[in-house]
Amino acid sequence: MTVDAWLTSACADAERRGIPELKPLLESLARAMQALRDSDDAFGHPAARSQNDPEPTA
Amino acid sequence: MTNETPTDLCHAAALVRAGELSSVALTTRCLDRIAARNDALRAFITVMADQALADARRADAEIGEGRYRGALHGIPVSIKDLVDVAGTPTTSGSAVTPRYPLHDATVVRNLRRAGAVIVGKTNLHEFAYGTTSDETAFGAVRHPLDLSRSPGGSSGGAAVSIVEGMALGALGTDTGGSIRIPAAACGIVGLKPTYGEVSCDQVVPLSATLDHVGPLARTVRDCAVLFLGMRDGEIAAGAGAQIRGTAWLGVPRRYFFDKLDDDLREMFDRAQSTLENAGHSIGTVDIPLAERAPDVYLHIGLPESAWYHAPMLAAEADNYSPGVRRRIELGGYVLAEDYLRAMHAREVLRRAVDRALEGLDALLLPTLPIGAPRIGDSTVNIAGGEEPIRAMMLRLTQLFDITGHPAIAIPCGAGHDGLPRSLQLVGHRGGTERLLDVAAAVEAQITGGSGSVGGGVG
Repeated sequence: MTVDAWLTSACADAERRGIPELKPLLESLARAMQALRDSDDAFGHPAARSQNDPEPTA
Repeated sequence: MTNETPTDLCHAAALVRAGELSSVALTTRCLDRIAARNDALRAFITVMADQALADARRADAEIGEGRYRGALHGIPVSIKDLVDVAGTPTTSGSAVTPRYPLHDATVVRNLRRAGAVIVGKTNLHEFAYGTTSDETAFGAVRHPLDLSRSPGGSSGGAAVSIVEGMALGALGTDTGGSIRIPAAACGIVGLKPTYGEVSCDQVVPLSATLDHVGPLARTVRDCAVLFLGMRDGEIAAGAGAQIRGTAWLGVPRRYFFDKLDDDLREMFDRAQSTLENAGHSIGTVDIPLAERAPDVYLHIGLPESAWYHAPMLAAEADNYSPGVRRRIELGGYVLAEDYLRAMHAREVLRRAVDRALEGLDALLLPTLPIGAPRIGDSTVNIAGGEEPIRAMMLRLTQLFDITGHPAIAIPCGAGHDGLPRSLQLVGHRGGTERLLDVAAAVEAQITGGSGSVGGGVG
């Protein structure tokens, strides 16, 4: 799920549950989520492109 | 018997051991301080006067019979009200239905086995979910130097109990900085041991993989004695922090010094010069990706607290403080994928701190970027920008809850506002006792070992 899709879904759910005051917190969490995902390469995600050998060897 | 008022826990222990001060007299003094000041400061939720005096009488009898148990025997100690003490409610600072434990938490049992006298349960930020100790069902905890300000949190009542002489040692918990932040805001010493070193059994969790239990006290030596009592339930003669010569220290300048108030920056530089002049070797180190710590922290702490609170939130949501309730509800939205991403990042950060410590005794950095904030403020102006207080207060401490390294806050003076500022030392995982030795050496240079600082910028 993309961060944008998550945020849309989470805000709608919060609204439906009667806790619209969560929206600014969800927006803040979305920024942190994007930053964390953007750091996958830096943190050496095992399936990140930079972790793969670009030239498979026999 | 002496009329001397002990300056700290170890001083009191020496007087008690020598028979110059009784535990009953010491405990009575603490209970008198609570009676005189607790209405204004809201440090305690439950005062255990009768049981404390009974325990103190028992301690005096044992010591009189030559059965001295060590440096905590007969010493009044406070317990954060997140921790089970048999026969008292564990409120967690909340209006949510408390626990009524039949048994002491392991850490409390250890303290009692070492001879400590428990005077009561201290106030806190509700469920330890905040850094200012003002969201609590028992009235905002107030800073002893300025009642309009917060003593920090979440172990705010624990810190105030030490500053005010309501106890000589305090038990706190630290998930993002909740021992070190109030210690820094109040000008005392606070130790977060290595993760897992002190038992969290029967301690209400905030975030089970981030939670630590540890001591607050006036001096490093006091914290060392309390740490051994909490961990082992006994304190061998001569055990505790020892100054063992000069240390190799590393200062992580990048990220940790980006947002500090001017007073703290000046005081840190002065402290570094003092330490270098005393023969300590200090260099600059880097912790790659430290700036990602707040994002990692959120994605671990939020879902772990949401999981624990789910049944209580379903049953009595209206009994939570609005701010704490919102943070718990927020945790329910974190995706499993992102929790696992943060847990992977945590391992990388752990190795990064390990590498930064290679060849060093400890890292040296500030504890809290600002002085104690005003109660009710949500932002602070720092480094030319308006910043959220909660994020600022966690900024320099939360990384070491993520990685589990031991860390200790030591006062380094007062700013122009008259409020304390603090240094932080971070040691090797599993090396809490070595960290305490280093901290004792640093404290001796900065405060003369008294736990209080005469100088400052103010």
